[in-house]
Amino acid sequence: MNLLIFLIVFPLCIAGLALVLPLGNALRRTIGVITAMVLSAVPIYLLVTYLDQGPVYFPIESHLVSSFMLGIEVLIAAFIVYISIKAKQYLTVLLVVVQSLIMIVFELTSGGSMEIENSLFIDKFSIIMALIVGIIGSAICLYAIGYLPEYHQHHKEVKDRRRYFSFLIYLFLSAMFGIIFSNNLIWLFFFWEITTICSALLIGYRNDKPSIESQFRALKMNLLGGLGFVIGIVYLYNTSHVMELDKLIRLDQSYALIPAVCIAFAGLVKSAQMPFSSWLTGAMVAPTPVSALLHSSTMVKAGVYVILRVAPALENTVAAKMLMLIGGVSFLITAFMAISQSNAKKVLAYSTISNLGLIVACAAINTPAAIWSALLLIIFHAVAKSLLFLCVGIIEYKLDSRDIEDMDYLIMRLPKLTAVMMIGMAGMFLAPFGMIISKFVTLKAFIDTNPGMAIILAYGSAATLFFWTKWMGKIISVRHGETEVVEHRVSRWEWFTLDILAACTVLVCLAFPLIASGLINPYITEVFGNVPPPEGFNMMVTFAMMVGLLILLPLGIFFFGYVNKNYKRVGTYLGGANLSEVTFEGAMASTQTIRLKNYYLKKYFGEDRLFNVGVLVSLTLLCVMFGVAFI
Amino acid sequence: MNTIYGVYQLMSMPERMLVFLVLAPLVGGFLSGIDRKLSARLQGRYGPPLRQPFFDVLKLFQKERIVVNKFQNFSIVLFFLFTLFSGALFFAGADLLLVVFSLALAGTFFVLGGFAVGSPYSHLGAEREVLQMVAYEPMVILLAVGMYQATGSFKVAELVQQQQPLILYLPGIFAGFLYILTIKFRKSPFDLSMSHHAHQEIVRGITTEFSGPALGLIEITHWYENVLLLGMVYLFFGFNPWVALVVSVAVYLFEVFIDMNYARFKWQLTFASSWIFTAVAGISNIIVLSLMK
Repeated sequence: MNLLIFLIVFPLCIAGLALVLPLGNALRRTIGVITAMVLSAVPIYLLVTYLDQGPVYFPIESHLVSSFMLGIEVLIAAFIVYISIKAKQYLTVLLVVVQSLIMIVFELTSGGSMEIENSLFIDKFSIIMALIVGIIGSAICLYAIGYLPEYHQHHKEVKDRRRYFSFLIYLFLSAMFGIIFSNNLIWLFFFWEITTICSALLIGYRNDKPSIESQFRALKMNLLGGLGFVIGIVYLYNTSHVMELDKLIRLDQSYALIPAVCIAFAGLVKSAQMPFSSWLTGAMVAPTPVSALLHSSTMVKAGVYVILRVAPALENTVAAKMLMLIGGVSFLITAFMAISQSNAKKVLAYSTISNLGLIVACAAINTPAAIWSALLLIIFHAVAKSLLFLCVGIIEYKLDSRDIEDMDYLIMRLPKLTAVMMIGMAGMFLAPFGMIISKFVTLKAFIDTNPGMAIILAYGSAATLFFWTKWMGKIISVRHGETEVVEHRVSRWEWFTLDILAACTVLVCLAFPLIASGLINPYITEVFGNVPPPEGFNMMVTFAMMVGLLILLPLGIFFFGYVNKNYKRVGTYLGGANLSEVTFEGAMASTQTIRLKNYYLKKYFGEDRLFNVGVLVSLTLLCVMFGVAFI
Repeated sequence: MNTIYGVYQLMSMPERMLVFLVLAPLVGGFLSGIDRKLSARLQGRYGPPLRQPFFDVLKLFQKERIVVNKFQNFSIVLFFLFTLFSGALFFAGADLLLVVFSLALAGTFFVLGGFAVGSPYSHLGAEREVLQMVAYEPMVILLAVGMYQATGSFKVAELVQQQQPLILYLPGIFAGFLYILTIKFRKSPFDLSMSHHAHQEIVRGITTEFSGPALGLIEITHWYENVLLLGMVYLFFGFNPWVALVVSVAVYLFEVFIDMNYARFKWQLTFASSWIFTAVAGISNIIVLSLMK
């Protein structure tokens, strides 16, 4: 239990230190490295300790802590009211005031008599989440050490508030650990709200007009989700006097349904599902480490985490069907919209929402196979997506653009970075790696429960294949002759993080049979009692493919790069006499220049049309979800 | 009729794979020869001998190795290996879904090879090739879904020995599959990314910068892939092996016939029509099947 509290409190202390220590201090960096080591080591230790045990619950005297949290909540609420009034965002004020009033009244009236048995707990799912938050989260913090100085060099107009930045990031990690270890719903809500405010402030780091707008959009939406959360727990306590996650799930469905729907709603907002996806796409105005953090290991993962936790309470209800469809619609529409985007960060953002949609749908189906693949999706997505965001962050400054169309010949200009990026992309969509295994199992889970979802998955996968492949093709194209290499001056902090995450991507793929048999299968057994029919042979085949590729790729690259000399290298065929690599002599002795562009299919997948469709459909589904819960 | 399945069941999985790896290029090559002969006759020409495709490929392997990007041929090797792997999995009787995904991986390597050379024609061809993949991928996945709904299994070994004719349960899926098979066989009206015919507006499309042995390898891969696809057609009629074999060959000839009778579509039409056809034929079939349960 002490370890859990340590994981929550330790980043908090570091956050305090980060605020105090002066910038550019060697001590500061040392502490950053030590923190990263500790935050990665402790979850691993937890894994080893609790691997053979089922869920473990820890009783804590919670009254004092709860009152303390209430105090902090009031302070945060006051702070939000302050910044919102300053920015003339009155809707935010309204949301935060309503939410805090409910919470205060609730705690004052019922808080004293509330019996809470176990406030903290740990099970295999928490351990998986802790590993993700600890390792990936702290790796991103290391990256930020190298990245932010360069950020401020490129953006002289942005006020240097690096201390405030590190403070927020560590606070964020602390709150994430809080979310995944809390069994007490009041505590869970407290940490939930901290991640809301932290993410909003991080999004607004630049402090210019678009950032402030995005900041308040994120704040408004997540406060709305928080309001749903509050209503859910107040309702829960008033009807059944329960305030714990494990008891909520075991409750009779007539009592548990409404709170579960409310909490799932909060989760939908936080994981940026349609109709709330715009806060996450708006969040790309923030410095890259923030995007990486929001998209991979924290924020959005907190959203799907609670949905997965409350999903059993929704079993076999119409509300669960609606939740599944919201996930499906988000998956499909955002995968389509990603095709039409050339802004690299936006493509990544849409791909995040798309994958989360799949996880939400799996959670709503709530069969052993579906949960199995949801957990795998969470793991693979966290690793690969953080890697990709961090790569794009570096490319942005080396090429002064985040547009995919400007990434021609990237492999010649940033060879190592491109290689790392290829690993990330392969992890996101290519057959034997990561995501595809989970998609494979997801598809089977869908067919057994709802063939309609299988159809959505068929179309969505095709779209996913499209936007990744054309991006991959863009960055590996080569031209004859010399191109300036711009890879110098990528700081060693950034390299270090990229190396770690690339290694992690490969490792989780290789270790996936172990992860499945050691962590996920036992978790499924704990929850459902029976393990899904083992895909033994298929796992073996995919694993063989993976190992085969991992051996073939380096060997092949070595052979074709260094050994094979039996070829004649020529320029490309351009339709006339080549003048240089990109120009040729066309008809009438004119000089023609070639340019390579990708397809974006705006006519079919344009954001302007699809986004509205997605919002309308998902909003309807959301209304139905609440409607059927309250009837 | 039981002799074919008797032999099939007698063989172990590795043996089945070996038989596929050895026989498929022979069958694929001869089918390609039939294709060329038939096309020629339909156009009023005499046409080459049936074994001409083999001579062509042998000749390609004797040509000089000319490249633009020294890694370009590696992606073709991977394309070749993974197509073989998918086919071997299929004929060994493994999971149909796995075959579909691994075939998509092979296709991705081909596309990446086309992108890697950085030539405008090849780039456009690769771009169109991805588009074609996107166009046919939903239907291929739905094929697996439909098969599973009808039989309760994804295993090819079990699908092939179904006593009831699957075609009766999956007419929509079969029609949809026929439609996208034209894309897979690289036949008009859908031969956008590269074409065997001379009427190609983007030079040789995705294979513009590939020559000699690499081009030969692409051709052989194509033969393997064709045999695999005809194997999928076979599944619909697995209740009677002779009927199934005849239908598979007939489907191939039908695609050649279509090839001769159509001009190339624009990519917009190819893409939209494939998705719509998949939606109408495939989805309605799947919904009916789920209601039957």
